[in-house]
Amino acid sequence: MTSTISSPAETGHGVAVVFEEMHRWYGPVHALNGLSIDIAPGELIALLGPSGCGKTTALRALGGLDVVDQGSILVDGKDMTHVPTNKRNMGIVFQAYSLFPNMTARDNVAYGLRLRGVDKDARNKRAEETLELVGLGAQSSRYPHQMSGGQQQRVALARALAIEPKVLLLDEPLSALDARVRRQLREEIRRIQIMLGITTLFVTHDQEEALAMGDRVGVMNAGRLEQIAPPAELYDRPQTRFVAEFVGLTNRVPGKADAKTVSVLGATVELLPGSAERGDVTALVRPENVRLTQAKDGTGRVLAVSFLGSLCRAQVAMRDETIVVAQMAASDSVGLFPGAVVRVGVVPAPVFATTD
Amino acid sequence: MGALSEKNALIERPRGAGKRRRAPAGQRVARLAILVLVLGYLVVPLLAMLEFSTRGDLDKATNTFPRSLQAFAAIFTYPNLVDGILASLQIAALTVFGMLLLLVPTMVWTVVRVPRMRRVIEFLCLLPLAIPAIVIVVGIAPVYQWMGQHLGSIGGSPLTLTFISIILVLPYSYRAIDASLRSIDVATLADAARSLGAGWPRTIFQVIVPNIRGGILSASVLAIALVLGEFTISNLLSFSTVQVVIYLLGKRDPYVSVAVSLVALVFAFVLLFVISRFAPGADTSTQRAAEEPA
Repeated sequence: MTSTISSPAETGHGVAVVFEEMHRWYGPVHALNGLSIDIAPGELIALLGPSGCGKTTALRALGGLDVVDQGSILVDGKDMTHVPTNKRNMGIVFQAYSLFPNMTARDNVAYGLRLRGVDKDARNKRAEETLELVGLGAQSSRYPHQMSGGQQQRVALARALAIEPKVLLLDEPLSALDARVRRQLREEIRRIQIMLGITTLFVTHDQEEALAMGDRVGVMNAGRLEQIAPPAELYDRPQTRFVAEFVGLTNRVPGKADAKTVSVLGATVELLPGSAERGDVTALVRPENVRLTQAKDGTGRVLAVSFLGSLCRAQVAMRDETIVVAQMAASDSVGLFPGAVVRVGVVPAPVFATTD
Repeated sequence: MGALSEKNALIERPRGAGKRRRAPAGQRVARLAILVLVLGYLVVPLLAMLEFSTRGDLDKATNTFPRSLQAFAAIFTYPNLVDGILASLQIAALTVFGMLLLLVPTMVWTVVRVPRMRRVIEFLCLLPLAIPAIVIVVGIAPVYQWMGQHLGSIGGSPLTLTFISIILVLPYSYRAIDASLRSIDVATLADAARSLGAGWPRTIFQVIVPNIRGGILSASVLAIALVLGEFTISNLLSFSTVQVVIYLLGKRDPYVSVAVSLVALVFAFVLLFVISRFAPGADTSTQRAAEEPA
């Protein structure tokens, strides 16, 4: 059987998307505050942020489901800002189950093709293939109420992909699913996205999801893009205090900054750009960068030890009552127990520092 | 072995497990009594109507009424009655059409685009409940008078009652459709349809309407039942609808009058049967998910 699912080169998938200075107000709420993002063809951008930060508004604006008050949206170089949703050719997978209840999985997937005038045989064939792609080839005759949440979201993904959209928009599609299914499905989405090379905007409030899936991750706060960078860079070199605190776990440890370095927990480490550079500061130190050594003259006392499988996390109280969390390989945690006296240090990795 | 049997005995199904618990005898008797009472309340008048409308001419020899369907057969011999029935059926059909045309797009649009207006629409639709029919007639009579004078036969047609009927059925139809709309995520379905390329008409008629079929059927049946039963306004505005004709006929030929009423009731029952047959659970399917792996 010859596949009718086309590769990016054949269909023009993998177009560039540009957000230019987008603003959106809902009454007094500034939901998008000068949002600008360049998305490269075939890239998966994960927008991450707390509830109400504007990430879904940005996605809906790109999909044409919401308007922007200022700014513009370019897709493949064309201004799409005022193009109606149904003319944008974008595939959207929603947070809520959005399959049409009166249609089978096959009919749901074929619906977009039906609207494009594809004849019945061709659209059914394409629908079956797309369902096969998401691992639901055998479920094509089922109605949404006969499927689990995970299956419904797979069908929704197939439906979005069947129309060969210019851009794939994923609006927290995994948030209603249980943890196991969520992990499994996110890997499949990423596999399919890479296979098809389709430009994708993925909105989530789950940082593990964003870091695992995104080529780049954009962190949003109060309508603004705080930082956009590859996951490792975002994690290791946050540019703002919000990013440093929002992404991953951080310890707030007092230190003394001196131009490009900060003295913290007995060590001098490099400061990240954007940090406070003078005087007493609060250094934001990742738990995995904290080192614990058993020593009778140590300045910390272990309060609790949590076993997390391959990792272990220890909570340590310092003499000045600061609580520091350290994370290490489980094999390195031998001898750590509540009450143990330890010396607390940091590895020489750059840190972010603030004055508050 | 003995120990094993004992162990097995421990995990045996308790007696009666999985069966529905039988209600105590007193409770069952009470339920049955209530059922009989309610059925009697509903069925006895119908049986009385059937008995009355199937009476033939008095047999003086036995001083009894032999059973006869002559009252039912006579329905079609009264031209006014046939005209009244036809007029009411046409008004009912037009009312259903007008009501759906008015309510469905408005309600869907409200839910999807201007949810803050939902309360306002609800208030407007429920308003006719609070206005007595006589007030409506007093208010609208000059309009009908004008129509009768200036629009010729169209202005004097009973079909013009459609406009009032649409207003009268709004509260009931609104509730039925609203319940259906609340059972599905209209906004998300509409967004999904539009993102796939559907315009608003296709979104409404291919995606939303099939999923609120139950509500639309309920609204339609309620509208038909209300129109067929409406008497006050038609009578006060001097239109010959079925109820008005039945009322007038009741003075001349009560047997035919009761026969027509019985037929109208049976018609309503058939409609209710149709709705229960064709609309079961149509709107709740979205909310259920099978307990299966992803």
